[in-house]
Amino acid sequence: MTDAAYNFAYLDEATKRMIRRALLKGLAIPGYQVPFASREMPMPYGWGTGGVQVTAACLTPGDTLKVIDQGADDTTNAVSIRKFFERTAGVATTERTAGASVIQTRHRIPEKPLTEGQILVYQVPIPEPLRFLEPRESETRRMHALEEYGLMHVKLYEDVARHGAIATSYAYPVRVEGRYVMDPSPIPKFDNPKLSGMAAIQLFGAGREQRVYALPPYSRVVSLDFEDHPFEPTKADHDCDLCGASASYLDEVITDDAGGRMFVCSDTDYCAGRRAAGQRGRLAPEGEA
Amino acid sequence: MTAFDRTLTASADAPLLSVQDLTKRYGRRIGCERVSFDLWPGEVLGIVGESGSGKSTLLGCLAGHLAADEGQILYRGHDILAMSEPERRLLSRTEWAFVHQNPRDGLRMGVSAGGNVGERLMAIGARNYGAIRNAASDWLTKVEIDPGRIDDRPRAFSGGMQQRLQIARNLVTAPRLVFMDEPTGGLDVSVQARLLDLLRGLVRDMGLSVVIVTHDLAVARLLADRLMVMKDGRVIETGLTDQVLDDPQAAYTQLLVSSVLQV
Repeated sequence: MTDAAYNFAYLDEATKRMIRRALLKGLAIPGYQVPFASREMPMPYGWGTGGVQVTAACLTPGDTLKVIDQGADDTTNAVSIRKFFERTAGVATTERTAGASVIQTRHRIPEKPLTEGQILVYQVPIPEPLRFLEPRESETRRMHALEEYGLMHVKLYEDVARHGAIATSYAYPVRVEGRYVMDPSPIPKFDNPKLSGMAAIQLFGAGREQRVYALPPYSRVVSLDFEDHPFEPTKADHDCDLCGASASYLDEVITDDAGGRMFVCSDTDYCAGRRAAGQRGRLAPEGEA
Repeated sequence: MTAFDRTLTASADAPLLSVQDLTKRYGRRIGCERVSFDLWPGEVLGIVGESGSGKSTLLGCLAGHLAADEGQILYRGHDILAMSEPERRLLSRTEWAFVHQNPRDGLRMGVSAGGNVGERLMAIGARNYGAIRNAASDWLTKVEIDPGRIDDRPRAFSGGMQQRLQIARNLVTAPRLVFMDEPTGGLDVSVQARLLDLLRGLVRDMGLSVVIVTHDLAVARLLADRLMVMKDGRVIETGLTDQVLDDPQAAYTQLLVSSVLQV
């Protein structure tokens, strides 16, 4: 079969319309999980089938797409999804955060603040924040409907009781506009403050679980906490070893088997941009800049 | 929910819970039929009867776990069956409590003892970790569990401790009305005795009203002020506990009382 045999962005128009309707409902009720008829995609569950369907429903031929995986543009998941849309939609792609109109992401929010007119699509493995506390889906839906969120704090209580601090470091539960408690997908809690008041539209797609949810621009998103154990965004206590950034989220890279390690920005575009502008970190190669 | 303002004192000359002609059918079979009673503040009502007599169905209907087919339940003058679900659930988190026969049904087994006790507090808006932990620790002491075990999971507890933990978890929000379904079932005799002592003390100290379902007449004798004897879904005899047990009127009650094993 040739690529031309596929409709624009792989999914047929009726499916995209169905997903758009779910997304509009999600935007109208921020944080509410809208069921949708998730399709089989030509990739395994867990590889972003939800995000891909949301992206396919949002793309227009004039869009520029950026795909990141853990902040990086060059990892397997990002490369294969970017190629997928290059082939099936023929849209322009970019690695520059500022140059993209649609950004599909796995587990990170770009460091560079997004602007109005951009869409950020998250890949979500488990959309239900209460899942591991209350296994019955019928019950969790009722709890959302009745705003019974005490159980979410039981999880945080357990964290403090066991570790002395809220040890949840990713997929940190948030409350949207004072109403729905939402799983922000497994982004590090360092990124949680960026969810709130973001200028871009944020869409969340969970393919296996058949749910989409959304945050309209400038939504108020609050991370749950205790009065005496307030929420704290955390990151590795280092500067980036390539670009010297002190306020970006870092990955730890083991460099040898003698305990050598370096910390680098997880957002590759942000790091490359800073190095191009002449910033240097502790281990930046000599020839550069 | 100003209707259930905690500052309102329960009026002593009105029943706390008033049940009229409560009926629950399972298809054509009868769960319980035309049950009526009043429960007064501070009173312990025992419901006894053999297996399948409709005791647990009645308790389930009262606590809102089962939908009644007919009848009326008034709690402090409010019609429970006509209440919206959020109101009813709030009620069952604050003013009511339910102690299951099997502690595994009433506890979160994957959550520490402290988390189990604190859950109801957090559900009604407690957001201070220190305060929640202190309350949990207090309650563990009250139910005779070493507060040093606050971070242990219920799995690591014995059956009797699990049951006491379930009681602590239910009473932490100082409810007025407690439903108990065979709270001593499945415990050995000495543990049962300690649990009954504890329950009796708590009921006295907190002025709780209790509806307790049991098939064990000894439990009923120890805890209940009044007894209701059920058979085939109907109430066949009611009265003060001592009166019913010492001078049973209905033939079935006589049989029930005489079948207790004497040691």
